[in-house]
Amino acid sequence: MDKILNNKKAIFIFVFPAMLLFVIAVILPIIISTYYSFLDWDGIGKASFVGIKNYMTLFVNNTDGFVKSVQNSFILAILSVVIQLPLALILALILARGIKGEGFFRTVYFIPVIISTVVIGQLFMKIYNPDYGLLNIILKNIGLGKYAHAWLADTKTALFATFIPIIWQYVGYHMLLMYAAIKSVSEEIYEAAKIDGASWFTMASQITIPLIKPILQVCTVFAVIGSFKSFDLIYVLTNGGPLHASEVPSTLMYSTIFNKYMYGYGSAMSTFIIVECLVFTLIIYKLFKEKKAKEA
Amino acid sequence: MGEVKGQSISRNLFSKPNRTNTKKKMNIKSILLFTLLAVVTVIQLYPLIWLVLVSFKNNAEIFGGNVLGLPKVWNISNYISALTTGNVARYLLNSVIVTGSTIIISSILIATSSYAITRMKWKFSKLTLIIFLLGMMVPIHSTLLPLFIILRQLHILNTYTALILPYVAFALPMGIFVMTSFLEGIPRELEEAACVDGCNIYQIFYKIVLPLLKPSLATVAIFTYLSSWNELMFANTFLNDPKFATLPVGIMSMAGQHATEWGPILAGLVIATLPSIILYIPLSNQVQKSLMTGAVKG
Repeated sequence: MDKILNNKKAIFIFVFPAMLLFVIAVILPIIISTYYSFLDWDGIGKASFVGIKNYMTLFVNNTDGFVKSVQNSFILAILSVVIQLPLALILALILARGIKGEGFFRTVYFIPVIISTVVIGQLFMKIYNPDYGLLNIILKNIGLGKYAHAWLADTKTALFATFIPIIWQYVGYHMLLMYAAIKSVSEEIYEAAKIDGASWFTMASQITIPLIKPILQVCTVFAVIGSFKSFDLIYVLTNGGPLHASEVPSTLMYSTIFNKYMYGYGSAMSTFIIVECLVFTLIIYKLFKEKKAKEA
Repeated sequence: MGEVKGQSISRNLFSKPNRTNTKKKMNIKSILLFTLLAVVTVIQLYPLIWLVLVSFKNNAEIFGGNVLGLPKVWNISNYISALTTGNVARYLLNSVIVTGSTIIISSILIATSSYAITRMKWKFSKLTLIIFLLGMMVPIHSTLLPLFIILRQLHILNTYTALILPYVAFALPMGIFVMTSFLEGIPRELEEAACVDGCNIYQIFYKIVLPLLKPSLATVAIFTYLSSWNELMFANTFLNDPKFATLPVGIMSMAGQHATEWGPILAGLVIATLPSIILYIPLSNQVQKSLMTGAVKG
């Protein structure tokens, strides 16, 4: 057996194609991208090395709205954590205690997750349409017609109008993660608590939530990182407009690279997004750990 | 011990007279909870139902005041014009080709490399696994521009390959993660028996191991299907030629060009979603499980 498992040629045949592809399409691009971020380059002419100038431009006397776009992605992250996650947790707690139709609700809540963001974006574009859209028509029908307006074209509402479908789409995903975690908590713990006369609310807050902390941490990381990286729905709905009102870092990166041909500067943006994600992942892990330590 | 038992019995005895009362309370609570769940169901489903309803309406109904209700006449002309003049049939075919190839190629690569990593004896197996798994952290943003330039150098922009290659590459980390942990749980006796019977390594892999991997290959395939079927950023960047556009890109350009043609656009959206829904209805548990595996790594 060992002789067969030592077959170097077979190992090469089994692993090399995957490794080669992975290096070309994933590893190499990250290195190249970091390198680009130190260049001044339009993609055609000669590139010149400019050190950290691109990174300076992102934050010092920034004129293209990058700082604003980072702020917007923070708003999305905060909204996700304070609206999406608690809602998902409540739904998961209710479903996991075994209500009638448990499987049906779970299946339905998850449907938006499997649908393409382009489909959801186009759908919400029609929902937000000022003249014939679902939202304004419902508002008019219930006598709130004065609030009806062009949600995506107004700089005041565009940001939140693009955030709503993002939050809407992934509530079911977080709900399912939490639900699965709650289901894996041993029944016996609840039995014991029930005998002690604990109410459902006490059980949820004293037993379930502390026990599923690891998954809450994962959900928080996903929600925050997902917000920092969000691209699809905003690109489809407003492409960052009007007047950068709903711009997030990745939409700005996309237009900087592919419309303005500022390859170096755009790469600095993408590098910033990665570093930002890594830093916040660590911060969230740290926060959860500290909480754990305090409780112990 | 006896004391505890006695206590709980006495508690049960005491609670008996109250039972009808608590039952009523439970009912009110259940109704409230049920209402909450129903409201969320409407919020999650109604936009999608609305999409389907409008896709069967003609312009007169959509723009003439019947946006909300059921279509007066269910007409499929929107679907026909989406598929023909809207080119959705073409986009659908492209998506099937790209996603299908991605699933087949990535499944093969994931199975072979996971097998070599977990079972075969070589120096760098651990390191290789770690490198692949680190790939799960990489956001596609960071690779977009370099990949665009690499693909341009290779002269494969605007071909199916331009999408299949990166899709397969990005499917590897998650797939290898799932597959290696699955392989760890499979006993080695069967393979050893096959070895005694004189099978070589390729026969062992193909005849013995591959059939055993089916359940986790399904998990991986679902995950890969959803991420490549719905992917927008790469598809939008690497394919300028509408001839090769996948559904997300094709539908975006259709919606951009014919912004007022709501019927065909919405019909196109339904067509793009239908395969996923068809997959989801019989396999909802499997699909849910597959998408959750992504979180386990955290």
